[in-house]
Amino acid sequence: MATVTADTAHQTPKTPRKRSRYKGLNHLSGVDRIVVSLMVGVPTFLVVALVWFPAVGSVLLSFTNWNGIGSPSRAKWLGLTNYQNVVTNYPPFWPALQHNLIWLVVMFVIATPLGMLLAVLLDQELKGGRIYQTAFYLPVVLSLALIGFIWQLMYSKDQGLINAVTGSTIDWYGDQSYNLGAALVATSWRQVGYVMLLYLAGLKGVDPTLREAAKVDGASETTTFFRVIFPVMRPINVIVLVVTVIESLRAFDLVWVINKGRNGLELISTLVTQNIVGEASRIGFGSALATFMLLISSAFIVVYLRIIMREER
Amino acid sequence: MSRPSTEAEYLARLVPASTAALSRRNLLRGAVGATSMLAIPSLLAACGGSSSTTSPGATANTSGATGTVTLGSNQSDAVPKAAVQSVMDAFGKANSGLSVKINTIDHNSFQENINNYLQGTPDDVFSWFSGYRMRFFASQGLAGDISDVWAAKTDMTDALKIASTGDDGKQYFMPSTYYPWGVFYRKSVFSSKGYTVPKTMDELVTLSKQMQKDGLSPIAFGDKDGWPAMGTFDQINMRVNGFDYHVSLMAGKEDWSGDKVKKVFDTWRGLLPYHQSDSLGRTWQEAAQSLQQKKSGMYVLGAFVAQQFTKGAEQDDLDFFTFPEIDSNIGADAIEAPIDGYMLSASPKNEAGAKKLLGYLGGADAQNLAVKADPSVIATSGAADTGAYTALQKKSAEFVKSAKNIAQFMDRDTRPDFASTVMIPAIQSFIKAPTEIDSLVAGIQKQKLSIFSS
Repeated sequence: MATVTADTAHQTPKTPRKRSRYKGLNHLSGVDRIVVSLMVGVPTFLVVALVWFPAVGSVLLSFTNWNGIGSPSRAKWLGLTNYQNVVTNYPPFWPALQHNLIWLVVMFVIATPLGMLLAVLLDQELKGGRIYQTAFYLPVVLSLALIGFIWQLMYSKDQGLINAVTGSTIDWYGDQSYNLGAALVATSWRQVGYVMLLYLAGLKGVDPTLREAAKVDGASETTTFFRVIFPVMRPINVIVLVVTVIESLRAFDLVWVINKGRNGLELISTLVTQNIVGEASRIGFGSALATFMLLISSAFIVVYLRIIMREER
Repeated sequence: MSRPSTEAEYLARLVPASTAALSRRNLLRGAVGATSMLAIPSLLAACGGSSSTTSPGATANTSGATGTVTLGSNQSDAVPKAAVQSVMDAFGKANSGLSVKINTIDHNSFQENINNYLQGTPDDVFSWFSGYRMRFFASQGLAGDISDVWAAKTDMTDALKIASTGDDGKQYFMPSTYYPWGVFYRKSVFSSKGYTVPKTMDELVTLSKQMQKDGLSPIAFGDKDGWPAMGTFDQINMRVNGFDYHVSLMAGKEDWSGDKVKKVFDTWRGLLPYHQSDSLGRTWQEAAQSLQQKKSGMYVLGAFVAQQFTKGAEQDDLDFFTFPEIDSNIGADAIEAPIDGYMLSASPKNEAGAKKLLGYLGGADAQNLAVKADPSVIATSGAADTGAYTALQKKSAEFVKSAKNIAQFMDRDTRPDFASTVMIPAIQSFIKAPTEIDSLVAGIQKQKLSIFSS
């Protein structure tokens, strides 16, 4: 330790390197190389560890009967038995799939056009536009679980506003012929604000000269919107499409707070939770359900990526 | 199987034949030495069989226990939470040098995360239930053997001991309190309307019709959470097919699509018109409130229904009778009375202290405090002070004593994965569509085969 001397006389003074054009990785200095490899490596590691590893792990577990106790190596390999059971003898599965699709269609056919309509109206620079905008956007900042509770005040059979005003005795959350509709109204209430905001941003970004040109050509408001404005907003449309699909597949928290996703509110996500979380601990079976979800999402993701890739070309 | 003749034998039927076949003496002699637990190549250090080297029969050497014992408690509601606190304070007073650190976890979360909890770093002692789930954790090596604590226990019946015994003949559970299921009603309603307690199914139907005439919902009913209706199934099954069949059905040994199960659902369907409608949107608490507000006449539930009644006069107005007889050859002397208690984790940090605490929790002093705080339960210790019992508790104690057979409850008597992922949706769909029994039971049977064989 003590023999170290501060002898730096042998060090050759650094000659300043001439900056030249970047010629690929080989041209980088050591420090730069480390920085670049870290910038590539760290995010890659995080994505692999936190996204790919669990996803692949779930798929692998779906072929076993693991019950969550001890190491998965103790589990028995079942092959496709879990999948067979999901499809053939698990009564809630098909209704759940159906409800997920209904969810997607409603979000797409009702919530999205409504949001678009509101955005167009608010874009007209009317008086108090800001207030409307805030009012419509407010639900978006709330969590869906909270929205479930808020709508309980409307839907409750004995104390709810709807039944108090109309005098009906419908159990909106409990009766399975109504509760899916009730949940969809609650979730649309939020989704409309979200879509509205995205389109508002898109509309603000449309070049005003396009509108003027359309006016000069004698196009009506509607024609202008559908023939000129809407096609220009293509990137926003893609984002809205993706957001809608993801939100529909993810749908979970709202129905979970209503009744744990049972009795007419079955969704794939709640079935996964019911099987994996809790005392049931059917990790293998639940993972098979989750894999179904993954496959459905993947189909949409592939479509989305193809659109994006084509955009970039 | 012959009927056990004493109350003391009722729980013997809850353990698998492999264990039940052992005589008590053999139980005590037991395999000495290292336990033959499954060796678990665990991801977690805290997981693995506890190899207690105390030979069963020798009393636990807990005299030198000091330090802090941690307790994982699922009693998250204000009243029971305070009760647990007072019990632990009393324990600390009685044992200088020992204190208990209570880790209260929300009741439902505790139950849902129990697997992760036990494999992570569980508290030394944790609250749990008797039945299949207790034996399952014991056989998985997630619970500690407390046979030595039991060896020093003199105030518990053999029946309770058997209900605390795992598949390997060792004790893993310390009973604290229990409560019966029955048909609850308000005495004032019955006396003012001149109703009498029904003894048979026909009388129950007649009474229900009378109640409907009088503008009451005959039987309160709420199954939003999925489990309360299991109690009704259990009751009808024990009345239609008998206790032994019920136990073996729960154990997965019977055909769910057979005529016997169909008959249960058929009988239930006959009663459904007298149940409160829209039950799938109603919690048990709301159903209990309709009984409390005298809008409903009866309610098939556990004694915890009393928690929705204010202490004192209102709780004293609450009474119950056993579910009426359906088949005179079967009778009506099988009941349900789930036992709650405590267990030792697999590798407790303070084993001596934890065992001392478990011994205390199974004793009269602790249970006297617990039953005082929550008058809907009764003590399991024979030495507990029954003089201070409320009318309801006295009745519960009598009721349990006179029962021939006692079951725990569907979600404790059978595999929890079967109970929660198969039976909850099945019973709910029965309530929605009571006429489609054949396809329903066929579906249950198919799923049973896939779950019980895995």
